[in-house]
Amino acid sequence: MIHFKNVSKIYPPHMVALENVNLIIKSKEFVSLVGSSGAGKSTLLRMLIGEEAPSMGEIIVGDVSINSLNHKEMPYMRRKIGTVFQDYKLLPTKTAYENIAFAMEVAGKDDEEIREDVPQVLSLVGLEDKANQFPYQLSGGERQRVAIGRALVHRPDILVADEPTGNLDPINTWEVVNLLLKLNELGATVILATHDNSIVNNLERRVILMEKGKVVKDDLKGKYLI
Amino acid sequence: MKEKIITTLNRVTKSGLNSFWRNKWVSTATISVMVITLGLITSLFLLSVVVGSILTDLEQKVDISVYFKLSTTENEILKVKSELEKISDVKSVEYISRQQALAKFETEHENNPLIIKSLEELGDNPLEASLNIKAKLIDNYESIASFLESTRFSSMVDTVNYRQNQKVIEKLSSILGTVRNSGLIATLALGFIAVLVTFNTIRLKIYSMREEIGVMRLVGASNWYIRGPFIIEGILHGLAASLVTTIIFYPILVFVSPKISAFLSGIDIAGYFRNNFFQIFFLQTLVGVFLGVISSLIAMRRYLKI
Repeated sequence: MIHFKNVSKIYPPHMVALENVNLIIKSKEFVSLVGSSGAGKSTLLRMLIGEEAPSMGEIIVGDVSINSLNHKEMPYMRRKIGTVFQDYKLLPTKTAYENIAFAMEVAGKDDEEIREDVPQVLSLVGLEDKANQFPYQLSGGERQRVAIGRALVHRPDILVADEPTGNLDPINTWEVVNLLLKLNELGATVILATHDNSIVNNLERRVILMEKGKVVKDDLKGKYLI
Repeated sequence: MKEKIITTLNRVTKSGLNSFWRNKWVSTATISVMVITLGLITSLFLLSVVVGSILTDLEQKVDISVYFKLSTTENEILKVKSELEKISDVKSVEYISRQQALAKFETEHENNPLIIKSLEELGDNPLEASLNIKAKLIDNYESIASFLESTRFSSMVDTVNYRQNQKVIEKLSSILGTVRNSGLIATLALGFIAVLVTFNTIRLKIYSMREEIGVMRLVGASNWYIRGPFIIEGILHGLAASLVTTIIFYPILVFVSPKISAFLSGIDIAGYFRNNFFQIFFLQTLVGVFLGVISSLIAMRRYLKI
């Protein structure tokens, strides 16, 4: 369970990015976070992964308060939350396989475990045959699937996707969204930030609408109408 | 857990080595400045050894000789001797009687018939008895000399003779002091520059790796996993610099050493360097690694936000 408790973020001197956000996201939920650019979606997600601290309020994941974690504890928290971004953030000098393996290496997993897990993850995202290709040899959708694969290696409870389809055409977009749905079925909580109303309207899942740093609508089976 | 640490250490070291090797040219610049610093420190060290050994050599040649008037009895002289021996600054006192002085004089001039002849003609022993005094430290001679020149002994003492060495020694030790001080200042300045250059190298590397660092953080790399490679690089810079310094220094020493030996007999710098190779190498490595790691730490503190 993720709980945003009276969370506000103010960038000094007085730019209010988030204002008194209260949200509860149950585990295994699939939530779409929608709103126009600058509504505060990304800020909310960045706080969830500890990239930024709230000016006020508290964020609780499971039974841990994110903002009370220190430098040493934060990396372990991040391993429990998989993240996917619009610009993929893959390492250009590493192949698809190596990009995913890298996430396991930095977490100190041993080589044997890496050899076992990476192919599994690659087949889960449907890229077994592209394992040895570099990011520039992959299409946008494939790159994003590598990024999702990388987010999955730590078997996270939560998958945070910030505009994962922002750079993709409709076909690739649906490949990625279907992958997210599949992961959700496998038991992960998925938080998808997007401003693509066609995705949201077809999903028929919970939709949280944000405007100017506030949650303005929260529907269990919502639509996103502009 | 232990295995995990070893795996991590392995990966961090590998990554550091990689980055060191891939940025050969930047590394070369860093190492060059460090080599100059280390070279200066080593030169200074060897110079101290050379000048130090010249100094101890000369110090052993310094002494004070007190010549007693012919009227002084042996007993009186021996009394002065025992009094001198009680002074804590005095290392040794040697008594040379008139007869010994004469014998010594005769052997020294046995090839000079004129002197021997004039001595014979004189009939009497014209030489004075003396005490040769060695002090523990050069600085002590001053006080011993003034002790002997005091009025208490004026009835017995003819002359108090400082050897000329004293002046040479004073000059040499003041030169050594100056060289040490200016060398130290130059070393500190160069060390500072070496730190700045290494710091800049690591800073650039952090900048060029910002993407990778971002991804590492994203996938939950621990702080030391991210920092480790930069520290390894700092260590490598130091190690490489110390190796290069040794490689440059040794041939130079082998070349220069005979020339110095020709000037100052008994000093073999190349030999000294060979005998103390590990100590010198250890010192260089220690300083190099210290400079490298310090710069890495400063750069990370400034630019690596985790």
